[in-house]
Amino acid sequence: MTVPPPTLVPTPPQTIGPYFGHALPFAGGTDIAPDGHPDTVTVHGHLYDGEGDPVPDGLLEIWQPAPDGTRTGAPGSRRREPAAGHNGFTGFGRVATDARGRWTVRTLPPGGIGYLSLCLFVRGLPGHLRTRLYLPPAQEDSTTDPLLSALPPDRRRTLIAVPTGPHSCRFDIHLQGPEETVFLDFDHGFDHP
Amino acid sequence: MTESAIGASSPGVAARLPRRPLVGVRDPEAAELWGPVFGDQDVGALDADLTQRYPGRPHGECIAVTGRITDRQGAPVRRQLVEIWQANASGRYAHQADRGPGPLDPHFTGVGRCLTDDQGQYRFITVKPGAYPWHTDFNAWRPAHIHFSLFGTAFTQRTVTQMYFPGDPLLAHDPFFQAVTDARARARLVATYDHELSVPGRALGYRWDIVLDGPAATPRETDA
Ligand SMILES: [Fe+3]
Repeated sequence: MTVPPPTLVPTPPQTIGPYFGHALPFAGGTDIAPDGHPDTVTVHGHLYDGEGDPVPDGLLEIWQPAPDGTRTGAPGSRRREPAAGHNGFTGFGRVATDARGRWTVRTLPPGGIGYLSLCLFVRGLPGHLRTRLYLPPAQEDSTTDPLLSALPPDRRRTLIAVPTGPHSCRFDIHLQGPEETVFLDFDHGFDHP
Repeated sequence: MTESAIGASSPGVAARLPRRPLVGVRDPEAAELWGPVFGDQDVGALDADLTQRYPGRPHGECIAVTGRITDRQGAPVRRQLVEIWQANASGRYAHQADRGPGPLDPHFTGVGRCLTDDQGQYRFITVKPGAYPWHTDFNAWRPAHIHFSLFGTAFTQRTVTQMYFPGDPLLAHDPFFQAVTDARARARLVATYDHELSVPGRALGYRWDIVLDGPAATPRETDA
């Protein structure tokens, strides 16, 4: 498997700005799990800046495999109604933070891996941020997962959601400060400050 | 300038910038090497024409914006979602948080979406957005721009960026545009006027090609 070397200069990212709210969120974007599915997990959290203040104008996107481990997604990722022609699970979700910096999605546990992939857009940031949300219990992942096992415990902790009930967990994201979330680079990304 | 200029003038932005280095992921099995899939059901038939949402036409100069989306090897990004949002011809967003001085246009929302075709081409009909002030206390104007939200074949290629117009004198003064320090990368953000793309009697044509960054899963021979 030989991959040809990159040749083209990529288009750089630009800030999402403050006015995406009427363009990007869509009906059902927070319901990744099909309606009424018994395995539904509620994942919720806050988005904070370095002062500990809530960030009310962030956009969070979630991407994950299906419970059977399928990673290819399904067309209809921004249409949730049955007419969209899929089984109700596409692996993709999108949620804007509210006035208090809170967000909530409902999803199904991914198959084969312990994490959800997150892409975060925030007004003012020159580009997006990427991270992972490891669902509890993640103790096993901490020794076998290539990312978690490479992190010191205090940094690893920022990637693991905390259980808040039998079918719910909380994942707070800190853009800066002593609890700053681990943000990821996939080797071809632009540098963030 | 960039970070300090934006941070000093936009309350709270300095506290939003992560301080720690990014952590590299070198896992060939990473879930991020795949990504969401979109289809015809995700876009409406009229979503790509922002001038036809209302019985009346919007104010401003009608433009056709088209281009090709590829990865860094030049392979087309096929059948993927492109979302745009923009100010109207007077520089005002149809967004409740925009308290700018420009008038709202009852015939323009400034939101569009489409899928790329099998060659990776997208196309929108819209109006040229106006420049707008982004601060009231000093001389800070955004050049005319259209916000683009883009998906590739992998979640690692997901990006949000902005398209600018050629010859805009405000580009030299815009800290958001100038935040891209590499001149070749910055040039990628500016569309070109293309007379061949203009629609006679209707719209001026602009071409803006997009190159998505980031790795994707290596296709196997069994993949269709
Ligand atoms: Fe804007």
